[in-house]
Amino acid sequence: MSEHNHYYDPADLKKFGEVGKNAKELGEKFFSWYGSVFAEGALSEREKSLIALAVAHAVQCPYCIDAYSNDALEKGANLDQMTEAVHVAAAIKGGAALVHGVQMRNIVTKKTM
Amino acid sequence: MTRLSLVADRHPLASTDEQKRRLRTLPLVKSFDDAIGGTAFGPRLRATGVEVFQINVGRKCNQACHHCHVDAGPDRTEMMPDDVVDATLRVLEGSSIPTFDITGGAPELHERFEEMVERGARAGKQVMDRCNLTILRTQRYAHLPAFFAKHRVEVVSSLPYYDESGTDAQRGDGVFEKSIEAMRALNAVGYGVEGSGLVFTLVANPVGAFLPAPQKSMEADFKRQLKRKHGVEFTRLITITNMPISRYLEWLDRSGNTEPYMNRLVSAFNPATVAAVMCRNTISVGMDGRLFDCDFNQMLDLGVHAAAPQTIFDWDQRLLDQREIVVENHCYGCTAGQGSSCGGATA
Ligand code: SF4
Ligand code: SF4
Repeated sequence: MSEHNHYYDPADLKKFGEVGKNAKELGEKFFSWYGSVFAEGALSEREKSLIALAVAHAVQCPYCIDAYSNDALEKGANLDQMTEAVHVAAAIKGGAALVHGVQMRNIVTKKTM
Repeated sequence: MTRLSLVADRHPLASTDEQKRRLRTLPLVKSFDDAIGGTAFGPRLRATGVEVFQINVGRKCNQACHHCHVDAGPDRTEMMPDDVVDATLRVLEGSSIPTFDITGGAPELHERFEEMVERGARAGKQVMDRCNLTILRTQRYAHLPAFFAKHRVEVVSSLPYYDESGTDAQRGDGVFEKSIEAMRALNAVGYGVEGSGLVFTLVANPVGAFLPAPQKSMEADFKRQLKRKHGVEFTRLITITNMPISRYLEWLDRSGNTEPYMNRLVSAFNPATVAAVMCRNTISVGMDGRLFDCDFNQMLDLGVHAAAPQTIFDWDQRLLDQREIVVENHCYGCTAGQGSSCGGATA
């Protein structure tokens, strides 16, 4: 039984590999693809790490925020760049909320005189 | 914040025994010895020869960086005495070892520093000076860039990051600005300038408890940013992993990072780096003439293996060439990720 009584435990990050349990082949495919995604390509490893950090904030995954805060540092990013990446995530989330205001406006326009 | 050396602070970690005890008792999944045992280099790591003759001439330094693995600083006064300097230079001159690497503290503060450089160069060695840059901005040492150029010394200098906040956080307030001025003085005599043949190497180590970024991409960033913002140039950049010893270990402890950092080093153990760890082709001479596998072992007071000659006074290169290397858990700092050595990444 788990010793902690909350949903998220930092120690669980180390158990990420266990997602392959009970579905070995799928797990292996995922990790092999994951490794390729983050390898240097048309984008540098640092650019990919900063994108991952931004997405981690957008999906609000504490594991990913932990992993990619460390990873971005190890890819040579600094706190200014990482902060800007988080703002990019926030801007898209904020913009996405706001743009739905158009839908609200459409509905309200239709329903009111 | 450490501003004085651990010795001056009477900090428990000023004792090498305490540092070793700390490193030996960490709950790591595997000791470094066992990690080596699992590679093609096991069960015992051995040297392949001596190509780099490194001497540490003393603890005195005009800076007091937070991460200093030597625990150097303005309050330290210990310097290599004359009889050791004499014996060291005699051995160097009589050997065919191609590289003479001078480190400290700030090695330039040793009274016989210039003689060491001159004699090394005259003996046909490639001389390297591990220079902290700021020393070149003091009046007494302002002539050194021209002196280095005359003897074609490779200047190797730390600059942890290409901006002020990263650099000063680790090396002290105002260090970045002075380092840039010193780089200008070095550029002015040809260092780092293409075609001059004068090699100016920058060393970047992480400002914190994480691994260095890939060396090539960091070099490209440093080149672009330093040229664009400050108009200064250098030849190449090497990245170095912070060693969990001395003042850096003290900082790791104080910031609660010791175990996570050591676990990071262990999890990033890369067997491909082992072939090129620097101890395999280096000998490190201490202030008192004792011999060590590297400067880190020297700072932990881990002398060369008992079967090899112990001091510069009983030098026998044949026995040193194939000596067994003395390894402990701090060695994980040399084998994590892309690897780390005085020459930068090794894999
Ligand atoms: S300049 Fe080098 S020797 Fe001096 S305190 Fe800093 S790291 Fe230590
Ligand atoms: S710390 Fe020294 S002895 Fe250990 S692997 Fe690195 S260079 Fe070799």
